[in-house]
Amino acid sequence: MSSYIRNFVKFQPLLSELVARDIKIKYRRSVLGVLWTLLNPLCMMIILSIVFSSIFKFDVENFPLYVLSGQVIFNFFNDSTTSSMSAIISSASLIKKVYVPKYLFVLSRVMSSFINLMASFTALLLVMVATRAELHWTVFLSVIPLAMVVLFSFGVGMFLAAITVRFRDVIHLYSVFTTGLLYLTPVIYPMAALPDVVKTIVMINPLTNYLLMFRDVMFNNTLPSVFSVLLGIAEAALALALGLYVFYKNQDEFILNL
Amino acid sequence: MERNPIVTVDNVSMKFNLSSEKFDSFKEYVIKSIKRQVSYDAFMALQGVSFEVMRGDSVGLVGLNGSGKSTMLKVIAGVLKPTEGKVAVNGTIAPLIELGAGFDMDLTARENVFLNGALLGYNRARMEEQYPDIVEFSELAEFMDVPVKNFSSGMVSRLAFAIATIGTPDILIVDEVLSVGDFHFQEKCEARIQNMRDHGTTILFVSHSLEQVKKICNKMAWLEKGHLKMFGNTEDICDIYAQS
Repeated sequence: MSSYIRNFVKFQPLLSELVARDIKIKYRRSVLGVLWTLLNPLCMMIILSIVFSSIFKFDVENFPLYVLSGQVIFNFFNDSTTSSMSAIISSASLIKKVYVPKYLFVLSRVMSSFINLMASFTALLLVMVATRAELHWTVFLSVIPLAMVVLFSFGVGMFLAAITVRFRDVIHLYSVFTTGLLYLTPVIYPMAALPDVVKTIVMINPLTNYLLMFRDVMFNNTLPSVFSVLLGIAEAALALALGLYVFYKNQDEFILNL
Repeated sequence: MERNPIVTVDNVSMKFNLSSEKFDSFKEYVIKSIKRQVSYDAFMALQGVSFEVMRGDSVGLVGLNGSGKSTMLKVIAGVLKPTEGKVAVNGTIAPLIELGAGFDMDLTARENVFLNGALLGYNRARMEEQYPDIVEFSELAEFMDVPVKNFSSGMVSRLAFAIATIGTPDILIVDEVLSVGDFHFQEKCEARIQNMRDHGTTILFVSHSLEQVKKICNKMAWLEKGHLKMFGNTEDICDIYAQS
């Protein structure tokens, strides 16, 4: 165990360089640069709330906030897992030549998505202030669902990164999967609008639980129930355990399949 | 100088599966596994290789193409995990396996210096210290803010060599990289490697040029088709190798 930690400390500078590289490359040659992490979710929110408040009318108070909060959680999951998926493949040239702990590549992708998450969270707070939504002290508790969703995504990302090395189909399959998942997460519609059968399916999705907790503390001034918190922790732990297990089982063979 | 082994290669074998039927997709894999058609042709890149490298030695690995030299170096560097046997390494390794492998072509030379340094396990403060030295050695002072994709291959190798050889690592692995760059730069690289050797760095060196091996190495390991054919002092083996 201690050798793992020593190794992590040795390569900690690499982790920060990799995250910095991801961010730098993403916004290189764009005039507004990092500001886009803030602007992007805002623009998306404007479009979605125009579309959904004029065409499909849902009975939701402050719809822009509802959509934006859903997007903050869902987009983070989508970004981090999709970019983790190709983390190993796109670092092939490196992995073949230099020894580097391989989970660092996945971790760096999740961390750069986390930076984006912080930006879109800031955007959410700005919109809350701009729309004169009430700010409650429970906002500080949003750390809990956010931490869970980060761990959950890291687990899923590790799993995807490992199996993508073996089967490249996953890349194509996964984009279909996330599109489906978007509709199985109450990002744009309220839970109340669902028929009972669909509601059960939507509740099985771990992201739903994280999102509901997030909205509770952000807007409703209510604490998440003990059950939701425990369920959320269990799901995150499970994803993490599965991801790490599959990754460590396969990592020595990555190089043979790259 | 203490004479303890710094690299111990103990009965190492490396097996590669050349899938006779290449499958990349899940569907093919399932169908083939059900039909039990997944067959592998095993290829032994290394078979039962054992040797010890003492601290301060410089070992030249020689052999024909495909004899397993690069595989051997990758196993020692920890990039490949041997199928059988063990490799014990006592110290830090600076791999010079393929110059520029760690570069991100979109980043500038300066940014790549720090990224590559981090790959070798150096932190930012340490790299700041070494930075002037790297710039000076690679002779690229006026190009440090240019993205590496605009560099010529010679410039890339110069920069990569300068980064990989900072400080005095315990072990330096050199895989046929000295054939890059112009004559002047080759000499400079050789001088630097010799200088590191004089400071006690152990060197593992792959080359097809017997001249270079003679100049740099005091020990030689001769690989043939994955077997270690001979291991010993350069003078003893060199002539036999040259005649074969």
